[in-house]
Amino acid sequence: MVTSNQTLKLELGQRSLLQRLKPIDWIWTALLLVGAFFVYSEYANLMDLYEKGILVLTAVTLLVMGFSWRALQLLTTLIALLSLFGLSRYGGDLAQAEQDFFLKFMFSSQSAIMWMSALYVMATIAYFGWLFSQIEFVGRVASSMTWGATMMGFVGLMVRWYESYLIGADVGHIPVSNLYEVFILFSIITALIYLHYEKRYETRSLGGFVLLIISAAVGFILWYAFDRNADGIQPLVPALQSYWMKIHVPANFVGYGAFALAAMVGVVYLIKNRVVARNPGGLMAKQLPELNMLDDVMYKSIALGFAFFTLATILGALWAAEAWGGYWSWDPKETWALIVWLNYAAWLHMRLTKGWRGAPMAWWSVIGLFVTLFAFLGVNMFLSGLHSYGEL
Amino acid sequence: MTNSNTHHASRRAILLKFLGSMNLAITLLVAVSVASIIGTVLQQNQPYSDYLLKFGPFWFEVFKTLGLFQVYSAVWFLIILGFLVLSTSVCIYRNMPRMFREMQDFRLEAQERSLRNHKHNNEWKVAAPIEECMSVSNELLAHHGFRLREKSGDDYQLLSAIKGAGSRWGYLLTHIAIVLICIGGLMDGNVLLKIAESLGEIKVEKRNISANEIPEISRLDSSNLSYRGNVSIPEGGGANVVFLGYKDGYLLQQLPFTIEVEDFRIEHYASGQPKSFESDLVIVDETLKEPIRETISVNHPLIYKGVSIYQASFGDGGSKIDVKAWPLVGGKNEPIQLKGVINQEQKLQSAQGVMNLELNDFRLFNIQPSPEEGRKFHNIGPSIQFKLRSEIGEAKEYLNYMSPVETDGRPYFMSGVRSSPAEPFQYLYLPADSSGSVHRFMAFYNRLKDTKTLYQLALKIASATDGGGVVPEGGQEEIAKMMSMLVGIYVQGGMDAVVGAIESRIPEEKREEVAGIYVKILRHLLGVVYINLLKDEGQSIDQEMSAFDSQFFEDAGAAIGAIERYGSPFYLQLESFEHIQATGLQLTRSPGKNLVYPGCFMLALGVFLMFYMPQRRLWVYFRKRDGGVQVLLSGNAVRNEMDFAKEYQQVHDKLEEVFSPHT
Repeated sequence: MVTSNQTLKLELGQRSLLQRLKPIDWIWTALLLVGAFFVYSEYANLMDLYEKGILVLTAVTLLVMGFSWRALQLLTTLIALLSLFGLSRYGGDLAQAEQDFFLKFMFSSQSAIMWMSALYVMATIAYFGWLFSQIEFVGRVASSMTWGATMMGFVGLMVRWYESYLIGADVGHIPVSNLYEVFILFSIITALIYLHYEKRYETRSLGGFVLLIISAAVGFILWYAFDRNADGIQPLVPALQSYWMKIHVPANFVGYGAFALAAMVGVVYLIKNRVVARNPGGLMAKQLPELNMLDDVMYKSIALGFAFFTLATILGALWAAEAWGGYWSWDPKETWALIVWLNYAAWLHMRLTKGWRGAPMAWWSVIGLFVTLFAFLGVNMFLSGLHSYGEL
Repeated sequence: MTNSNTHHASRRAILLKFLGSMNLAITLLVAVSVASIIGTVLQQNQPYSDYLLKFGPFWFEVFKTLGLFQVYSAVWFLIILGFLVLSTSVCIYRNMPRMFREMQDFRLEAQERSLRNHKHNNEWKVAAPIEECMSVSNELLAHHGFRLREKSGDDYQLLSAIKGAGSRWGYLLTHIAIVLICIGGLMDGNVLLKIAESLGEIKVEKRNISANEIPEISRLDSSNLSYRGNVSIPEGGGANVVFLGYKDGYLLQQLPFTIEVEDFRIEHYASGQPKSFESDLVIVDETLKEPIRETISVNHPLIYKGVSIYQASFGDGGSKIDVKAWPLVGGKNEPIQLKGVINQEQKLQSAQGVMNLELNDFRLFNIQPSPEEGRKFHNIGPSIQFKLRSEIGEAKEYLNYMSPVETDGRPYFMSGVRSSPAEPFQYLYLPADSSGSVHRFMAFYNRLKDTKTLYQLALKIASATDGGGVVPEGGQEEIAKMMSMLVGIYVQGGMDAVVGAIESRIPEEKREEVAGIYVKILRHLLGVVYINLLKDEGQSIDQEMSAFDSQFFEDAGAAIGAIERYGSPFYLQLESFEHIQATGLQLTRSPGKNLVYPGCFMLALGVFLMFYMPQRRLWVYFRKRDGGVQVLLSGNAVRNEMDFAKEYQQVHDKLEEVFSPHT
């Protein structure tokens, strides 16, 4: 108990954002500014006004994200350095991809993406290894490999962006234009969202399960590349030549990635629910996170996905108004986007206003993945329409 | 208040409660989803004839009555959307006052007992003045970004704190957004057209007639609020109307200006794929001093007078072509020289009567997957697409390429044929001669059709060989007759007809043996005709035939065998052309977007506010007790409980440091 003659004193932390920043944050800010200016000075002649706006927004978003999640500072710096290294090895000649040692085995887009694929699959195994063995070292390896894979995926996309311009100045475009490219995007975005939750909730026990779906995406990437030879860079059809692609597609894949993650968390929830009832003392019951935490991650992930999916669908509608002559045409892709949106809107309503929790919501989240999957892939496979850019 | 009034009021309350209920909203959302799925599974807005073919007359009528061919503009679907708007509006109406109240409500009436009931609460006993406790708590909560209110009583003080009104603003913004988007969407849909149609003010036009023949009742004047229609304008032409696809026909929409097209261009990538579609437009309007000149392309529309003009498609704008029609049946050999215009038709005299030639399309480029390694696409040159309709109205559709196309390393004139647009084209391959023309094939084919000369030739062969294992016993004239007859059958019906002839004439046990002889005879005679043709072309026949010429003979035989199935009395050879393109424009007037776009903005903003700025409440309650102060910290959050728990813990830890230091 405090005595009456003492004065109560509160030691408040530094108040403002600026004061809270560490020296590393200032270095980060400087690097980011230099990077943004470099990109602007190098490529401004290839950008229209909107694309310049997107560049500024990207830099600002990265800056803010880097402050609140410092691991991103290292990740983006490494991505930038390795990508620049890859670019420099090309020296303006696409044929170097087969000749230069570093390009052939590390940093040409195809090689980098192979590294990404291998690392994600190994990380999946390592996460499960950690789950059953609980050896801290294995867990660290799993996390590091996931970071490494994500880094290589980004490097692959950055280099691929450059490669597209080497094919022809008029061919060059951001690599989010076909199924092969967006599957890579899906993998790295899902992994990043996962890594964020891994840090925030301080648990690796979801890793193996989330990485399972990333490994499935990797399987698709490999099949698509080797069996279908669909990994080549194709010029853009006229409808895709727009700055909208740079924001619509990534926003959409934050949505898809978060929904996929929520579904896998749903799976963990159902497993945990079952093992707790049947064998409460067992290894699985012990290792898997608490149900209310799983419930929270699932909700957070669906909320994140829903917010970005809403944004992406709106961006898509605005783009459609420019490219297809109307913001809404009831095209199969649009319609299925609406169905996905309604599905998660209903999920969120049930949770937030009716207070639904537990296994039914986990099941619903898993089913949601199939609805999302149909909107993403099924529409391209079974239905024809305006949005037929990624055909199987 | 009278009795009936209360009764009335309660009925109204029940109705509002029902309309604003979550159950109704969820039911409507499910209904919209199901309808949407139907709309994607059943392809929308196809020609009614296709549906009839696919589902049969019974289900066609059922589906048509249910409006399943245009789900998204079906009356029942619009009613569902209407109810969704109503339900959401009622929901907002009922919740909004409460939301605003709660945003400002600091719950200062909270009692000590109720604060203890919250999930999070902690207590300290402090021997310091109550004002000091109060000010330090005040400072801490303000530091954490809470808005604060104070209340003091006789022996207590209450500090009430709120942070994050985002969830409530988010609710309002998203739900108002849904209403705005739906109303805007309904404005831009064809609700008004449907009403006008049901009142008999407009009538759908189903005939394929030119714009100025369309009756007044199928025309919409330029004051029409919203529309989305298409028009195809040839280079050098203009239009002041667009066609609105509606049910199984169309309506004609008058524009408030005229669009003229100066030029349409397609640019290609080095690999051959299309890179851009562009139209140079001139907007002519009485209210303009100078016409507007502007180039539009995909993703870059022109907006004039609230009407957006989009590059939607392209087609032929009436290219002029010169065609040689080579007769394939009948006695005539000389080709007929024709002049044609795409999208027009003409009569063509054939051995099978007068045919109607309908020229449907001309294409300058045909980009195809390349057989070569490394190059993914290549251009196989211009083509025409047309229909030949017989007097009884039966038609086959043809697709003829102008230049020979390399197939397996050899050049062929390709001509596709099909009986209905649903089928893929089946191709006839006419071998091109060494000068890249169809002449040698036609000359060979004509010689085979010439029965008189053929008979003379056969007689000569029969006399010269006198048996020798090739010619069976019998009169030479008999043999020559049979030989020329065989060729005749072959030319008319291909190898199938020859086999048929053998089967109908020769008893089964001898068939195999005789068939062999017949085929030998036929090949021999064909060979002689071919060699004579080469001789007449001026080739020396002493040397062995070149690989090209002998393969040509095989290919020609295969082609002749397929002519019967090809089913046309002519082969149309495209000789020259003057390419005139048409640009396909889509014109949209959608005033609803003035509601939809702000709605979208509110929706996006609202969703982020709702999830990332949830409302959190904290109370600190101070009561004088035993000479000191009893401090009670309490808090709750509606959502994101785990995040709130962390934040609560931070506040708690700080207060812990102050109120019960371990030093």
